[in-house]
Amino acid sequence: MAYGNAAFAALSDPTRRRVMERLANGPRAVGEIAEGLPVSRPAVSQHLKVLKDAGLVSDRHEGARRIYAIDPKGLGAMRAWLDQFWDVALTAFKAEVERAANDEKEHAP
Amino acid sequence: MSLAIKPAPVKKTLVVAATPQTAFEVFTTGFDRWWPRSHSIGEAPLQTAVIEGRQGGRWYGLLENGREAEWGDVLAWDPPRRLLLAWRIGADWKYDPQLLTEVEVVFTPEGEGTRVNFEHRLLENMGEQAEGARASFDSEGGWTGLLRMFAAEAAKGS
Repeated sequence: MAYGNAAFAALSDPTRRRVMERLANGPRAVGEIAEGLPVSRPAVSQHLKVLKDAGLVSDRHEGARRIYAIDPKGLGAMRAWLDQFWDVALTAFKAEVERAANDEKEHAP
Repeated sequence: MSLAIKPAPVKKTLVVAATPQTAFEVFTTGFDRWWPRSHSIGEAPLQTAVIEGRQGGRWYGLLENGREAEWGDVLAWDPPRRLLLAWRIGADWKYDPQLLTEVEVVFTPEGEGTRVNFEHRLLENMGEQAEGARASFDSEGGWTGLLRMFAAEAAKGS
C-alpha cells in the first residue's frame, strides 16, 4: 500500500510525468532524458531517484553509464492508479454503509 | 523483458460501523449510492452504476447517453460473507471479455461492526493483454491516458 501511495505522489509532479513519458519509449541514460527538459541534469537525477524509490523505474549499469527503464506496459503506474482509486471508492463506501446503518437504527422498533 | 514490474495485488482493510448484512447490501445493491462519479470508464458521464445480485450477474454502468459500459461480472455471490467480481477493464481502459482481474471483498463480523478485506488481484494479466495488443504508448490507453489521469487526480488533491 505504501508502494501505491509513493508511486502516486511521485507522479503528481509534472516533470516526473514527462520523465516517465520519455522512458515509455525505451530505456535511456540520464543525459538523454534531460535533453530538452527545462530542468538541470542533477535535477533529473533527483527525479529519477524518486521514481525509482516509488517502484516505477529501475536502473542498470552499462559500462560507465546508468540506464533507466520502466515497465513498458505501464503496470506499475496502473497499479498505483488503482490503489489510489480504491482508496477513494472505499472511503465513499464506508460513509454510505454507516449512513445506512444509522438509518436502520433510527427506524428500529 | 526482465525489467517488467509484476504488480502486487491492491489490498485494503477497513472496519465499518454496520453489520456484515448491511455492508454487503450497500456494497452490491447500493453500489450506485457510493461509487464515485469521477471514476466512470466509458464514452459518456456515468448515470447509474450496477452490480447484478447473483453469480454470473453483470457489473456495468448506465451512461448518460443511454448506453451501457461493461466492467465485468459477478464470479461469486455469497451474502453476507463474500463477493468476487471480475474486473475486465484493461490497461487500455477498454472492456475486454477475455481479460480477468479479480476484485474480492470479504465481510467479517468484528465487535459491533464489520471488517472489510478488499483485494484487487491478477493485475499482471493486464500486461499480457497489453503485450498481445501492443498497446500504443501515445494513445489514450497506456501511458498517455494513465498520466493524464494522474494529473487530474493530483489537481483534485491539491
